[in-house]
Amino acid sequence: MIKGEAMTKFKKTASLKTQKTISIIFSYFILIILAVFFLFPVIFMFISSIKNNEMQIIRDMSNIRAFVPYGEIGLKNYFDVFQQMPFGRFMFNSVFIVGTTVLTGLVLNSMIAYALARIRFKGRAFIISLVIALMIIPAEAVVIPLLLMVNRIGWLDSYQVQIIPFIVDAFSIFLFYQFFIGLPISLDEAAKIDGANPFQIYRRIIIPLSKPVFATVAILQFLFRWGDFLWPLMVTRGYEYRPLTVAIQQFFSQDPKVWGDIFAFAAMVTIPSLVIFLLFQRWFIQSVASSGIKG
Amino acid sequence: MTKKEIFQHNILHIRKASPLKKNETLAAWSFCAIPLLFLFFFLITPFIVAFVISFTDQRLISNPNLPTQFIALRNFLRLFNSSDFHQALWNNIYFVLVVVPLQTFLALLLAVLVNQKLRFINLFRMIYFSPVVTTMVVVAIVWYFLYNPGEGLINQFLSFISFGKLGPYNWLKDTSLAMPAIMLLSIWQGVGFQMIIYLAGLQSIPDELYEAGRVDGATALQQFRHITIPQLRNTTIFVIISTTILAFKLFTQVWVMTRGGPQGASKTIIVLLYEEGFSMLRVGYASAIGVLFFLIVLCISILQRIYLKEERAVT
Repeated sequence: MIKGEAMTKFKKTASLKTQKTISIIFSYFILIILAVFFLFPVIFMFISSIKNNEMQIIRDMSNIRAFVPYGEIGLKNYFDVFQQMPFGRFMFNSVFIVGTTVLTGLVLNSMIAYALARIRFKGRAFIISLVIALMIIPAEAVVIPLLLMVNRIGWLDSYQVQIIPFIVDAFSIFLFYQFFIGLPISLDEAAKIDGANPFQIYRRIIIPLSKPVFATVAILQFLFRWGDFLWPLMVTRGYEYRPLTVAIQQFFSQDPKVWGDIFAFAAMVTIPSLVIFLLFQRWFIQSVASSGIKG
Repeated sequence: MTKKEIFQHNILHIRKASPLKKNETLAAWSFCAIPLLFLFFFLITPFIVAFVISFTDQRLISNPNLPTQFIALRNFLRLFNSSDFHQALWNNIYFVLVVVPLQTFLALLLAVLVNQKLRFINLFRMIYFSPVVTTMVVVAIVWYFLYNPGEGLINQFLSFISFGKLGPYNWLKDTSLAMPAIMLLSIWQGVGFQMIIYLAGLQSIPDELYEAGRVDGATALQQFRHITIPQLRNTTIFVIISTTILAFKLFTQVWVMTRGGPQGASKTIIVLLYEEGFSMLRVGYASAIGVLFFLIVLCISILQRIYLKEERAVT
């Protein structure tokens, strides 16, 4: 009797164990299939970009060989891109525009958010509701009048037209505000007793405690600005101020299409953001997660 | 931060009223001045200008012989009667109806998958998220190649899994397939973002709830249905609303792949706005499109606030 019970118990735990193993194997199976789905276009792009022979890219496109680096492998397509267009200039433009917008934005957006979250002053409630209301206005709804305005003041085809309108951003202010208001007020009180003025409090106390929110805003703004397409498409004519997104679209829309060169260009646009993502991946995930906790 | 905390925070400040108060007000305004100026010039002003010129026949480069005129609601009336606008609006709605449920469901599924305690799970999270950091223009170009009409990888794959019964399709040149093709790539690119938001939601559900469920003998599926889904209500509302708003902004991938074609089959509101305002220089008319676009987004945002408020009132 007892032996039998032990036996069934043993069988039960054993079957539970195999069940668990099976479910783990099944999980990995699904995870890997999905990984293939999310990776194949990017792998395809990188592999094709190092195939020197254009005919081979076309021949390989319909089968698994599209993912195999074989044949004439090299960086010819990359050199082609540099030869055919001022790629360095495009890259500089994008880095300069996005870098300036994000860095200046960090300062200005956090400054106003600090005042709104930590200082009581007349007009505070009004500004807070204004910022929250402005968050709803999508950039796409104002691009046309903005185009009219910047055209009047002669800003078309410039860096400032791609930087200045996007520095201050209501959503960034809101993210900073939410974070700052959660810091204990006793910090400010103590500093005030020590004779610190608001700017010193902001500089010495708030900023060092707020690295996570600075990272969040920087990353989200970087993602939005780096991929921005509609606005630069409207305000840049020549190549001098053209960012990568518009440059690659124009290169792509020329016929006949040389796919090796297009993929090399695409790879070079992707590498910077991919590298930044790999370096700061934990921060990326946290930033996106915290962008969802709203309202 | 709860309301109580905010209240206490305010009380502390009031108690602290001191002769320094005036200095503080001055400091606060000096912190706010420049950002407010930027908001005023580059958001508030164009927003007001949009409304004003949507009632005029303003053009980008004004013709001195033809001064801009006030034309009341004519732009809006023209829009409501324009088949281009109907088509664009319908395409956006079509996109919302397919992409929002599908992407939300897929995001939840992915979040549940990557919420398991398995080795290398972080690697999978990163892989699923990686399309989000891939620039949309690049994504559109690569998928354009994958959608190649004859020998493209997608056609070959479909033909392979259907034993040659399906395809080949002329994806981007076929009026009934252009939108679905754009939808697939949009989901591929965007779902990682929502997955992470859902993952954060899943991880904030207290373990005790699941323990209680297990004690009551609930199966995994029952736990998911009666604990996970209700606990994720706010996250789901947020995901649905933000995906819907993004869907109405659809432009980049369409412009790169089809320019709204074939025969307007993938034309969206923003594509129309761009064509009218930028290519045709009809700024007044394009502003009317912008105003309508804003009103759509506003309605969706209001819906979000109503639903989230309701939730707060209940708890």
